[in-house]
Amino acid sequence: MKVHLKIWRQKDAASKGRLVDYDLDQVDTHMSFLEMIDTLNEKLVLKGEVPVEFDHDCREGICGMCAMTINGEVNGPVAGLTVCQLHMREFKDNSTIYIEPFRANAFPLKRDLKVDRSAFDRIIQAGGYISASTGQPTEANTILISHDQAESAFDSAACIGCGACVATCKNSSAALFTSAKISHLAKVPQGREEAQKRVLKMVAQMDAEGFGHCSNTEACEARCPQGISVLNIAQMNWEYNKALVLR
Amino acid sequence: MSVLLMESTLLRKNLMALTGLFLCFFLVIHLLGNLQLLLPATRASESFNSYSALLSGNIFIKVVSYILYFSLIAHAVDALVITIKNKKTAGKYAYDKRGSASKWYSRNMGILGSLLLIFLVIHFKDFWYVYKFQSVPVDSNGNKDLYAVVIYAFASWWYVLLYVLSMFALGYHLLHGFKSAVRTLGVYHPKYAAFVNSFGIIYSYAITFGFAIIPIYVHLTHFGL
Amino acid sequence: MTLDAKIPEGPLEKKWSRYKDHAKLVNPANRKKLSIIIVGTGLAGASAAASMAEQGYQVQSFCFQDSARRAHSVAAQGGVNAAKNYHNDGDSVYRMFYDTLKGGDFRSREANVYRLAECSLNLIDQAVAQGVPFAREYGGYLSNRSFGGVQVSRTFYARGQTGQQLLLGAYQSLMRQVSLGKVHLYSRYEMLDLVLADGKAKGIIARNLDTGVLERFAADAVVIATGGFGKIYYLSTLAMGCNGSAIWRAHRRGALMASPSWTQIHPTCLPQSGSYQSKLTLMSESLRNDGRIWVPKLENETREPNLIPEQERDYYLERRYPSFGNLAPRDISSRAAKERIDAGFGVGPQKNAVYLDFSKAINEQGKDKITEKYGNLFSMYKKITADDAYQIPMKISPAAHFSMGGLWVDYELMTTIRGLFAIGEANFADHGANRLGANSLLQACVDGYFILPYTLANYLSGELKSAKVGIDSPVFEEAERDVRNRIDRLVHIKGSQTADFFHKELGKLLYDKCGLSRTAAGLQEAIDGIANLKSAFYRDLLIPGEAGDMNAELEKAGRVADYLEIASLMCFDALKRNESCGAHFREEYQTPDGEALRDDENFCYVSAWEWPGDDKEPILHPEHLEFEFIKLSVRSYS
Repeated sequence: MKVHLKIWRQKDAASKGRLVDYDLDQVDTHMSFLEMIDTLNEKLVLKGEVPVEFDHDCREGICGMCAMTINGEVNGPVAGLTVCQLHMREFKDNSTIYIEPFRANAFPLKRDLKVDRSAFDRIIQAGGYISASTGQPTEANTILISHDQAESAFDSAACIGCGACVATCKNSSAALFTSAKISHLAKVPQGREEAQKRVLKMVAQMDAEGFGHCSNTEACEARCPQGISVLNIAQMNWEYNKALVLR
Repeated sequence: MSVLLMESTLLRKNLMALTGLFLCFFLVIHLLGNLQLLLPATRASESFNSYSALLSGNIFIKVVSYILYFSLIAHAVDALVITIKNKKTAGKYAYDKRGSASKWYSRNMGILGSLLLIFLVIHFKDFWYVYKFQSVPVDSNGNKDLYAVVIYAFASWWYVLLYVLSMFALGYHLLHGFKSAVRTLGVYHPKYAAFVNSFGIIYSYAITFGFAIIPIYVHLTHFGL
Repeated sequence: MTLDAKIPEGPLEKKWSRYKDHAKLVNPANRKKLSIIIVGTGLAGASAAASMAEQGYQVQSFCFQDSARRAHSVAAQGGVNAAKNYHNDGDSVYRMFYDTLKGGDFRSREANVYRLAECSLNLIDQAVAQGVPFAREYGGYLSNRSFGGVQVSRTFYARGQTGQQLLLGAYQSLMRQVSLGKVHLYSRYEMLDLVLADGKAKGIIARNLDTGVLERFAADAVVIATGGFGKIYYLSTLAMGCNGSAIWRAHRRGALMASPSWTQIHPTCLPQSGSYQSKLTLMSESLRNDGRIWVPKLENETREPNLIPEQERDYYLERRYPSFGNLAPRDISSRAAKERIDAGFGVGPQKNAVYLDFSKAINEQGKDKITEKYGNLFSMYKKITADDAYQIPMKISPAAHFSMGGLWVDYELMTTIRGLFAIGEANFADHGANRLGANSLLQACVDGYFILPYTLANYLSGELKSAKVGIDSPVFEEAERDVRNRIDRLVHIKGSQTADFFHKELGKLLYDKCGLSRTAAGLQEAIDGIANLKSAFYRDLLIPGEAGDMNAELEKAGRVADYLEIASLMCFDALKRNESCGAHFREEYQTPDGEALRDDENFCYVSAWEWPGDDKEPILHPEHLEFEFIKLSVRSYS
């Protein structure tokens, strides 16, 4: 099949970017979307042009590195996928495909489709952990966690930190990402000890990074590759309000 | 703490939620009062006018009304602040189809809210202002005849239409707002969250159709097609 | 050079505690004067960085990804082993030790493997304390499953994301130390050389991948935790960025490489669908608990799998290995698949796959039960292939997965360069010639959390008095110049082929000649072929853009340049080992019924290789393996 690509090219955050047209033929429907870009890049290199910079690594949907907005939708036309899991069979022959980076003020652009998501790391640094140093723990089975509670904690912990929630949010809110970690750690007894301190610090960092307000539109859940529930956001709010009152 | 209040996105949302939910509660009371307009004309007039008189004379209601004014203004101002801040944080796409991921009314609460604000200005001017500051004839019980004011207001079909459309704006605003407010306050248990969802939908439908039916009914019964 | 593994004296179960009892310590007040560079932030790197920082050392941590959380440990699905014996089904530290040693075809050290099993107990405690959401029974106790060719349930798991969850635990501990200022984290940095002073590791040269600037970093010790180099085959289950450059640069500076040809080829991956393919996705091995593997009995079968009657299907694993059946260890399953595919019974459009069939399990247990166990894997399969594995069998094929080989390390995880440590998949230590399922996460964690904190402190206690080597010293100057020259050389070739082109060529060659099965003649051909490819690479490589800028093509080319040299060493390693053991299968050495034929008399050693200089034959230093506590047996699964 044949595709017409309109890819966002931008040298760095300071320069002006624009959509550049590329035509690509002999695209195989079994190709993953990233392999399609590989193919384009191979062509560009052989023509002596600078290839498109994009983030990618594991290519099996778990590392959270690949990130693009395709035809105006975060990670492309199929909900619940990372870009590396998207395949060209989802596109029609001869179609035009817009490819842009994830956009949010708190994700400054590095080049082309690459953005800086280090704000997420700093939110975790602010308190997204249990303060248990190596060598301190007690026997694992002395901490009992019911099956359902453990499964629910896992559901929150499954976040891969890709930033799709931010990119698809009209306000670029990081509420889903931040809340997933807060509620994961609040749902296990080991994490309760510092739950109040954690939520206040993580939310303060989230705000300091310049993410927007959560409007509860639930677009984040709809586009999350791991299907992280918006109820995590509600739990973050609960923990936050509780910490404000009790601390 | 004061710094936190200024800077926290969650606290700003809490203010939206609390004021919003108070307004939701007020709407119920308001609707219950208004439903008296659906009674047969003579009974409706008597009942509605004495109810209005009761409200305007009560010190408790007075306090509540100040909370109401505060909630309205705080809700609107906070919304404005949040919208301005969100405009700054939000990423801008050259080609944007992200809307497919969420409901249109959840993304356009600001627009729906602005429409409601315009409606409220008209609504206050035509009833609240008239009742409070202008001379209104009294009915047989000696109460100000607000009923007559209301009936007269719905004489024209375009005014009825304005009301009905505004109630739909309100409906969509509530459809998202009620659920959103409860989420913001932190109801996260899946069971209760599901209940809140269903309750929010029923509530929004009830308020919308409850309010919308009154001008239509009044117009049809008093002025025909 | 004689290799001293520094195994402590005493009975097997006392060795590690004896080592800990006598290891030298550093006074807490002195620890902040000592700095450590840790390259890689996977399970091994992140756990080591966090643990060392908790003790008070100054740590500099490096990763090429944009966040430490994305290291490829995230991709491990199945689980992590620990000899907790929660199921009362006969497990023990000793049994786990023996299973691991036997699984590795008796090509690893007793003492190391025993320590791995011993420390496995603490690891689960550690992970739970960090909040890792392992699967639980209804009563709240930890749940286990049986995994990858062992007969007890010792595998702990967090749905299909055990690696991700364990890594997040380590990453969060690391982030805590970053926020306390004890770790300085450099993400989007790639180590390009090791700096030595007086024969000791004292720093690294790293390239800032966002700016292209070369930077120097000094420390009192360097730890390499950069994982495996299975991406050398191009098509593998590894991430695109996984590479062998850090260990290869260390090797060229004097660290020996051990048994580099021992690569685990994982049996349950998705087959290649075209030449553009960049990656072979792993499907968790746990699928083999309920899935049955088969190929048609008829060559060039064209019918849909569901239309092939039962008697015309060849369940070859069940046929050849009746007692383990579909759960036969990875090396054996992969080889059996290759045997059928090569014989012309492969399925799928490229005839390069075998069926993994769940119809029997669905009939017996019901679809709901299968969904509960494997739902996420089935949906992942559907996402990638658009096929519904509830309806038709999955198509799977073997793919390069794990490097048992790596930098040679002693019991202290120190390489032959003093002050240079290698942990996790980057070293060779514990898995022998074949790794058992769910042991890789374990080894990475144990190295980082429980071993390195003792052995590295033991080394650092001697470094307090030695003079600091600053980044302005000549050794740094020289190392940076080397790196710069190397990069300039690559950029200035201006040929006509991309780095990926050479990588794909190398991968094909290597998979063919030094993959699932090897022959002396094939390996010799491969050595010549790689030499030709290498000269073509330096003649015809094309890198656009500049060296001093963000440049993904340059990153790839640098890695491929190192792969070309590693590949050659792999072939030498495979060629010199005239036996079959674990993942290393030499066609000349097999039993009449096609099983691996080990030669304990002549090859009961780890091959440690010394870098001889460019274009010379590598020098072998065998480390003979002494088995004091167990008797070698034939690894039979039939």
